[in-house]
Amino acid sequence: MPKIGVYLCHCGENIAGAVNIEEVKKHAANLPGVAVVRDYLFICSDPGQDLIKQDIQAGLVNRVVVAACTPRTHEPIFRKTVQDGGLNKYICEMANIRDQGSWAHWRDKEGATEKAKKLVMSAVAKAALLEPLEDRFVNVTKASLVVGAGVAGMFAAMDLANMGYKVYLVDRNPSVGGNMAKLDKTFPTNDCSACILTPVMVQVGTHPNIELLTYSEVESVDGSIGNFKVKIRKKQTYVDWNTCTGCGECIEVCPKKVPNEFNEGMGTRKAIYIEFPQAVPKKAVVDGAHCINCGKRTIGTKPRLHSKTGEPVLAPCEKVCKIGACDRSVAYDPDGELVELEVGTIVVATGFKAMDKTPFKEYSPQSPNVVTALQLERLLSATGPTEGDLKRPSDETKPETVAFISCVGSRDKNHHTYCSKVCCMYMLKQARLIKEKNPGTNVFIFFIDVRAGGKDFEEYYSYCRDLGIRVIRGRVGAVDELAGDRLRVRAYDVDMGSAVELESDLVVLATAIEPAPGLEELGRRLGISCGAEGFLKEVHTKLYPVETAVRGIYIAGCVQGPKDIPDSISQARAASSAAAVPLTLGKVVVEPLISEINQENCSGCGICVPLCPYSAVAMTTVGDKPRAKIDEALCAGCGVCTAACPSRAIKLHGFTAEQIEAQIIALTAGIGGVSYV
Amino acid sequence: MPDKVKLAYFLSGGCGGCDMAIIDLSETLVDVLPYLEVVFWAPTVADVKYKDLEAMPDKSIDVGLYSGMVRLSEQEHIARVMRRKCKVLVAYGACAALGGIPGMGNMHTREDIFQTAYFDTYSTDNPEGVTPQVRCVVDGKYELTLPEFYGYVRPLQHVVDVDYFSGGCPPHHSFVGQAVVAVLEGELPPPGSWITSGKAVCDVCDRNPAGRGEQRHLIQSVKRTIDGVPEEGKCLLQQGYLCLGAVTQGDCGSLCPQVNIPCRGCGGPIPGVKDFGLRAIGSIAASLEKEELVEQIPSPVKLFYRYSLPASMLGRKIK
Repeated sequence: MPKIGVYLCHCGENIAGAVNIEEVKKHAANLPGVAVVRDYLFICSDPGQDLIKQDIQAGLVNRVVVAACTPRTHEPIFRKTVQDGGLNKYICEMANIRDQGSWAHWRDKEGATEKAKKLVMSAVAKAALLEPLEDRFVNVTKASLVVGAGVAGMFAAMDLANMGYKVYLVDRNPSVGGNMAKLDKTFPTNDCSACILTPVMVQVGTHPNIELLTYSEVESVDGSIGNFKVKIRKKQTYVDWNTCTGCGECIEVCPKKVPNEFNEGMGTRKAIYIEFPQAVPKKAVVDGAHCINCGKRTIGTKPRLHSKTGEPVLAPCEKVCKIGACDRSVAYDPDGELVELEVGTIVVATGFKAMDKTPFKEYSPQSPNVVTALQLERLLSATGPTEGDLKRPSDETKPETVAFISCVGSRDKNHHTYCSKVCCMYMLKQARLIKEKNPGTNVFIFFIDVRAGGKDFEEYYSYCRDLGIRVIRGRVGAVDELAGDRLRVRAYDVDMGSAVELESDLVVLATAIEPAPGLEELGRRLGISCGAEGFLKEVHTKLYPVETAVRGIYIAGCVQGPKDIPDSISQARAASSAAAVPLTLGKVVVEPLISEINQENCSGCGICVPLCPYSAVAMTTVGDKPRAKIDEALCAGCGVCTAACPSRAIKLHGFTAEQIEAQIIALTAGIGGVSYV
Repeated sequence: MPDKVKLAYFLSGGCGGCDMAIIDLSETLVDVLPYLEVVFWAPTVADVKYKDLEAMPDKSIDVGLYSGMVRLSEQEHIARVMRRKCKVLVAYGACAALGGIPGMGNMHTREDIFQTAYFDTYSTDNPEGVTPQVRCVVDGKYELTLPEFYGYVRPLQHVVDVDYFSGGCPPHHSFVGQAVVAVLEGELPPPGSWITSGKAVCDVCDRNPAGRGEQRHLIQSVKRTIDGVPEEGKCLLQQGYLCLGAVTQGDCGSLCPQVNIPCRGCGGPIPGVKDFGLRAIGSIAASLEKEELVEQIPSPVKLFYRYSLPASMLGRKIK
């Protein structure tokens, strides 16, 4: 006999501000099976939880419905309460009358109250059919995968490795380092980026617990927390990395020049190249798309013999490689190599991409003297195409005037509505670097607002203004090309209340930080969705900023949204500590909300087998008939097989057809559905 | 064996195929006939009239088999009479149990159907625009009547309470034999059940990959039967022919897949499944390799609900 207790939370004003609690209470009291209805300001607080425990212990209640906020954050709390009260913890159902009720219908109090009633009705209907379930435990593989070896990924990997766990660090580029390796100096201390980053790169490269898998991408992720099975595709380098010493001689002799990605398309690299001089690992890669097979040396073919000398005719790169790491007669597989890993947890830190200038037609992107801020960073850097000497790209003269334009692609509904967060500060930093090197340069920054919130940031801003950097508040409407490679910046100065024009030698666009290409696809492989702005979604912005909807997968750095280096590192270290918890425990609780096959009903069609994302379903023979079977340890309870089973032989515990139907019937009562109550 | 079992049979909105399935019992029929007393079999076999049936005492017939769907007022009337006279009423065959092939008519309104049947077809010559009327007067003095043509097809259970259901278009004769024997011996499942083995066509299909020790994989392409000849011995669904065998009761012994014809679902849903088409859509759509393949499924309602639209949650097209 179900004795359902319904506990209505006011959530302070969050729920009670729109939902008439008294009315919902009266309604709930008349629902079938409901024995007790109570409300409290914060049910999740100690006194709130006590209400539930006391009712259970007094025998008033044997099933619990909590009508409050989201089960995403609070279901574990109330399950524990129910368990402490003495019931099976899965005899607890939540109705989210906050996110789906009061918040969604804040301006329609009556509607919010009606919706809350329905949600409670639906939860009560399901609660009456809940079954006790037992938790399961699975052993954890004591290794972790970190995807992305930028500053966030490297710190996450280092922390986990220092705790004693095996870490696989994957990056799609040939070297670790990420975007930070491209930076010249970093705000607010003007630390040289290379000086603080390269030692970390070396540590990562030499750490005995870290296995670097650079020039590699995640192909697939199966399994679940504790036991992820990951396939990594190591892209083809066409150079034997086991023997390559990174001496760079092959690069010198390579005749083919290609725009240099590391320098943001400025200058050139060779078709065989090392990503940048400080690369870790320092290994050469043949860019197959651009290699011209000089000396008719196609990969995987034997060299021709010289008609006179009889000597083999080699390509320059292989001729110069004394140790034979560059051997074009090896029949490399162009698809590279698939590596299978087993890890317990995963940290995703794939960073960001700075927007290109081409979409901004109004700013004359065709002019070489219009550069993005990341390009300027390379122009300022000692490892950049000009070796740190700031020159105008069109004619390599020193610019007398430099103009910065902020919020290019950020805070702009045509591109990205969000603020990229770091642009104000990096523009100030770049302006200051220019001004400090060449005090005679006129530097103008066009801002919408200066956002310098952060430790020591405001002081940095004031110092920049004192240096004579001119800050103009107003949006730039256009940049025009003028004779003599000069540029005219047309803007509206809000403070002066008039249009302004400025002639400049160099225009720098502070382009937005956007999700790295392919992030959505990576998210799909991992089972994590992207938010509207395209970054990976955390479970809760405030409480669970590094956790994702997939248990055991954590996020850090700009993959979660724009942030600066200190924030990225803080988040990386938070993510690594979250990722270490299951590894340290050695086993994790797996909810028993998994699917089970009733073999008596199974017809052995096998439809479910290829559908399972966790490879948990297989066929066995029962009697002389094939029947499906689910491996409990592998099942993650996604329900795909349950929904597809043509014989309805599969039950998803916690979401049975009967429970869901009861909820639908409750929700549709009175609107053409089956009558209820 | 007790006294002879009294049997009534009515062919409603059907094609007579279900009657043939009983004749197909051949020797079995000869064996069981001594135990049967056919009190009513209209309009195909016995020379009895509706009034004869109406005159029989209530609950005087042991078993009534009702084949065909209900579209006309006449069919509805006999359904009600059968229910009164029979102790056990069986919706016999796909039309009675699910609506059957004529049930696809529920995708069209009565007006559409009349327009096509009495005006638009090439062979129709109807200059006066005559359509069937419930009542009409001929020569100014003879009043003639016709049953009313309802706007939609119903399965038997939407008209009267039904004790048992049997699928098939028509039901396979060996299965009919088992059912008849079960009736004679009184070994029937709980009322409201389907008389079925409860297993899908795949369970008895030689092409089922699982039975051949092969792994099923996702469907790579969608094919129609006119698009080629299926590979021998290989699962039709696997080859892209949208076979509904996995969703359909396999009391037929997988007759169609054996001869390269994908199962179309006449056997009806497996017990526990409330809506055949929805389950079919759920299973087939989930098994497609790419979402875009959905676009290639021709006329999905008439594929997935070929035999079961009137009994489904959709029921019919409203407008």
